[in-house]
Amino acid sequence: MAKIDLNEDNSMYFDVLKELGNIGCGNATTALAHMLNRKVDMSVPQVRLLEFKDVGSILGGEEIIMAGIYLMVEGDITGSIMFLLEKESAKSLIAMLMGTTSSEDELNEIEQSALKEIGNIITASYLNSLSSLTNLSIYPSVPALCIDMAGAILSVPAIEFGLIGDRILLIENSFSEGLNGYFILVPDLDSYDKIFASIGM
Amino acid sequence: MSEIIKVGMADLKICKAPDGLTTLGLGSCVGVAVRDPITKIGGLAHVMLPNSTRIKNNTNIYKFADTGIDELIRLLVKEGASKTRLVAKIAGGAQMFSFQNKSDMVRVGEQNVLATKKKLSECGIPILAEDTGLNFGRTVIFYPENGDFVIRAVGKDEKVI
Repeated sequence: MAKIDLNEDNSMYFDVLKELGNIGCGNATTALAHMLNRKVDMSVPQVRLLEFKDVGSILGGEEIIMAGIYLMVEGDITGSIMFLLEKESAKSLIAMLMGTTSSEDELNEIEQSALKEIGNIITASYLNSLSSLTNLSIYPSVPALCIDMAGAILSVPAIEFGLIGDRILLIENSFSEGLNGYFILVPDLDSYDKIFASIGM
Repeated sequence: MSEIIKVGMADLKICKAPDGLTTLGLGSCVGVAVRDPITKIGGLAHVMLPNSTRIKNNTNIYKFADTGIDELIRLLVKEGASKTRLVAKIAGGAQMFSFQNKSDMVRVGEQNVLATKKKLSECGIPILAEDTGLNFGRTVIFYPENGDFVIRAVGKDEKVI
């Protein structure tokens, strides 16, 4: 029987997930700074437990176009992780990385590939910190990219949360220069127990 | 003055013409629009998962294709629709991300569509039109007045089914 109850806002488990989110975001920001070879600031990440029907509105509307980079997680814990950012943020990140500016609305193949790689590195550094804190082995899969309406992209992790409860755990990370990124980590139900057990809960 | 009522994720609403119903950014979820053409009462359910019986935590009945459609019919009949006249249109059930090893989880859109069709046929409700599958998100607007089901997607022309 799983111990976690994601429908309890004030549970100790939620606090732990919050703290793991904090540390993960810190690492991810460092990775981003290395990759771009420039200083990147971050604000304290906001961790939220949202009802499904409020998920879209918190990101600025269900129809806002976003880029989602989604990875399956394997190893001691299984599940998935998604890094989500607005399409405009994605484009400026690509421009910083590649030193070009694209006037095209659609991302070309190289830009998409670069974006996947950004997502890959950011999520991997996030998972790394989770892995070293918990001493569990965590292996991410090859990333998949989707650029579409926020609601549609979010339906994928929401459905996975739907298997265990009626809420979704969202970690909002604001980088400097107006870049906003969101992490959504969805461990399988058994994996929650493993995470908590590994840190002595 | 007619208004468009918003239906959120794992939510369900009903309305009477000339009002309409909308749900934004359907991904792997399925939008199930059901109406009675005579009384012009219609409902829209945004279902996330195919089956409530396989899941322990299933307090939100709107979340599942089976219990969501049951509830949708119950509410429509309660408002004065006739169960025998009900007709349906469905949209959504896309596969947003493509992975090489297709696990059950990744194919949930397809399963949602299958479960929705199965449930509707068990209830004897014919499906007049559908726009399901593929790999893009959809915003839908449903008008119980004439049964129009408007579908919008990024970078595509608006269509009515």
